[in-house]
Amino acid sequence: MKQKLIVIGNGMAGMRTVEEILKRDAGLYDITVFGAEARENYNRIMLSPVLSGEKCFEDIIINSREWYVENDITLFAGDAVTAIDTTTKTVTSQRGLTLGYDKLLLATGSDPFIIPVPGKDLDGVVTFRDLDDVNRMLAAAKLGGRAIVIGGGLLGLEAAVGLKANGMDVTVVHLMDTLMERQLDEAAGYLLVSELEGRGLKVLTGANTKAILGDTKVTGLELVDGTQLKADLVVMAVGIKPNVALAREAGIEIGRGVMVNDQMQTSTADVYAVGECVEHRGLTYGLVAPLFEMGKVLAAHLTGGEGVGYEGSVTSTKLKVTGVDVFSAGDFSGGDGAEDIVFRDAARGVYKRIVVRDDKVEGAVLYGDAKDGAWYFQLMKDGADISELRDTIVFGQAYAGGGAQADPSAAVAALADDAEICGCNGVCKGDIVTAITKNDLTTLDQVKAHTKASASCCGCSGLVEQVLSLTLGDAYQMQTVKPMCGCTVHSHDDVRRLIVAKDMKSIPEVMQQLEWSTPDGCSSCRPALNYYLLCALPETYIDDNQSRFINERVHANIQKDGTFSVVPRMWGGMTSAKELRAIADVVDKFEIPAVKVTGGQRLDLFGVQKKDLPAVWADLNAAGMVSGHAYGKSLRTVKTCAGNQWCRFGTQDAIEMGIALEQMTWGSWTPHKFKMAVSGCPRNCAEATIKDFGVVAVDSGYALHVGGNGGIDVRVTDYLTTVETEQDVLEYAGAYMQIYREEARYLERTAPWVERVGLDHIKANLVDDDEKRKALFARFMVSQKALQEDPWAKRAEGVKDAHEFTPLKIVA
Amino acid sequence: MWMEIGTVNDIPKLGARVVQSGQGDIAIFRTADDEIFALFDRCPHKGGALSQGIVHGKAVACPLHNWNIDLVTGEVKGPDNGCSRTVPVSVSGDIIRLQMPDVKATGTHG
Repeated sequence: MKQKLIVIGNGMAGMRTVEEILKRDAGLYDITVFGAEARENYNRIMLSPVLSGEKCFEDIIINSREWYVENDITLFAGDAVTAIDTTTKTVTSQRGLTLGYDKLLLATGSDPFIIPVPGKDLDGVVTFRDLDDVNRMLAAAKLGGRAIVIGGGLLGLEAAVGLKANGMDVTVVHLMDTLMERQLDEAAGYLLVSELEGRGLKVLTGANTKAILGDTKVTGLELVDGTQLKADLVVMAVGIKPNVALAREAGIEIGRGVMVNDQMQTSTADVYAVGECVEHRGLTYGLVAPLFEMGKVLAAHLTGGEGVGYEGSVTSTKLKVTGVDVFSAGDFSGGDGAEDIVFRDAARGVYKRIVVRDDKVEGAVLYGDAKDGAWYFQLMKDGADISELRDTIVFGQAYAGGGAQADPSAAVAALADDAEICGCNGVCKGDIVTAITKNDLTTLDQVKAHTKASASCCGCSGLVEQVLSLTLGDAYQMQTVKPMCGCTVHSHDDVRRLIVAKDMKSIPEVMQQLEWSTPDGCSSCRPALNYYLLCALPETYIDDNQSRFINERVHANIQKDGTFSVVPRMWGGMTSAKELRAIADVVDKFEIPAVKVTGGQRLDLFGVQKKDLPAVWADLNAAGMVSGHAYGKSLRTVKTCAGNQWCRFGTQDAIEMGIALEQMTWGSWTPHKFKMAVSGCPRNCAEATIKDFGVVAVDSGYALHVGGNGGIDVRVTDYLTTVETEQDVLEYAGAYMQIYREEARYLERTAPWVERVGLDHIKANLVDDDEKRKALFARFMVSQKALQEDPWAKRAEGVKDAHEFTPLKIVA
Repeated sequence: MWMEIGTVNDIPKLGARVVQSGQGDIAIFRTADDEIFALFDRCPHKGGALSQGIVHGKAVACPLHNWNIDLVTGEVKGPDNGCSRTVPVSVSGDIIRLQMPDVKATGTHG
């Protein structure tokens, strides 16, 4: 019969231990998990990006509820264990369940430390520990106002940056003189303060909180020196303390945490503990890596393996704030016999300090350039003799050691198998190499899917690619022509070329002639082929609706809950009372839950039911509005500033120019979305220099800019040329869109495309050769003639694709 | 209980339609070879409506995150894991019939 294992705590430590047990022997235990939080097991260290809005909760779930079911684990989420009886070997939960165990695992984690000052219980005082805290902060941030974060450590700073990203005015109040003083030295702390202040945060160091002010709700904070600060929200992030209440009640020995030996055994037989709740050899831990190491040791022990025990962890930390590169490990307090190797580059804001004692790395602080953190950390953990590397060690692994100058793959090659590549998911180089060889992986995405390396914060994806290239050797290097997808050996460029050269006319014909390996392609190649054919044969090709992504098939944007969003076109960002009234009526009539102004100066109606789409469009059409194509790989919007119609600085009529551009280009399909903007003067209020095509008016005419992008990789446009008349702008815009349409690969934005083909290539076709430009423009206009038809109109009338918007049948 | 729900031609080739039922939406797929399959209309990943995805071969790509689901078994195609619940379906002549599940169940099994 299976032994009963009860795990108290559904957090990272407990569940990692369970995963490790399952990996070793899935049939040994009948596992039951109690979690105080009523939700699945998630990656707590990724709460910071959830707060800042860079990720959503779904992104950070580690094990879904299905996972528990599949592994026969009984999960009581939202039911905390309230008592343990070690004599009868039972636990009792909040809801009154009493269950017996053979082995019990405490993974209760830690609680935020609350500083005992007056006002600590006021409404508006929160901690930063779980998703509920994040939701409380997000709710507070919605109302705007001021936030004070008490604590300038890792957690406090991540909270502060997250709240700032949500629009709050944020002050960090830190007791010590240096931010993150346990991880950073003074110099790095200074750089960090400058960076944060540059982002608009206020930082008060050496500031001791005396009281939190307010009657029922927080109004402010008073420091010991008498300073009073106003606040609508106070976040306490001064540290954590192991959660030992249950263990204490049960008579299990505790110190600062639950005392465990090297096998993670507590003082009581058959009771184990892992994670932030334990004290091991006098130390407690609040970082993720030690939890994983403990989990491995305990799993080995519980499955009868003869492993070495847990010997404590050497830890390193990284601040998870986008754009701030900070790494720290080990001891850098200096002292007798410790030597410092320091590198500074003020212009780049880089500071590196390696502390060496007896020719061994004892600690490292990296600021501004932390890519060698893993290497220093490994040298430190290994206790490696670095006397040979001393002269160059501070420049990083690529330079240290001479021969492998600046060769990043040599750096990765030199890493040991147990060197950690992905800190978020605890994946080592050896794990990745094994996965690659065992499963014949050849791409980053495959490695991500199989090992979870770089699947959380993606920070290590470059390293993972290096490992991939090293493991596959020439096989990886030789793969210079990347096929479109798994259905073909041909690249995007070859397929396009062959479609034109062989005059192919349909998707099945392309698949047949080019020997597709699948009967009807996949969700990756079909939309691409549909676009390539449509671009090559603008007047005759019949669009294949079933090869279009849902958004382009039904001309609205699918949302996570299966509803759609609708964006009517507002030419050049202009609207009118009539249009706004019609939109308001539609919102009321169809009970549309949310209306939002988009970044492209349009109104987005969120939460429209699919069945209502045709009726919504009919009403919008009736008021003269057409599809805004906010869902398509197509011309999205032309954003404009007020221009010289209104603005006292305007030099040209930006609004009129924008409307003319949008009326000429709407409806065109492009390899990826395409955005434009027109600014009426060089102050550039329409942000034209981060658009695919940007126009900035100057006294003498219009400066044209191309290849900008405001997305993940922000790219400022390249200057193309300056033209004199509105007609010139239109001709260049059309020609530019057409060369992009004809040459870029499907799903390639203009920014990477311009970088790939080079600005000179574009200039050669548009600026240096009037004939080529005019020919491109002519082809664009031919295509537009076929494409400029409002896709909403026919669907609103019910004469096209009616089956999309009605169920096949409704049954009880 | 077998129930008539429509004809093959009601569904576009390489497309899908939805049958709304008390137990949730059921997606009915039609492949290029006119084979018909039925799955509960929920991706095991984040609950995306599979009926809105691109159908290719005997699989559908979920519109939310492009997971590929096998229409025959409801299983997620590797390397991801998960399963959408299948619903027995039969075609005679042009008529499609579904065997409506008689117990209350969720879209994904387990």
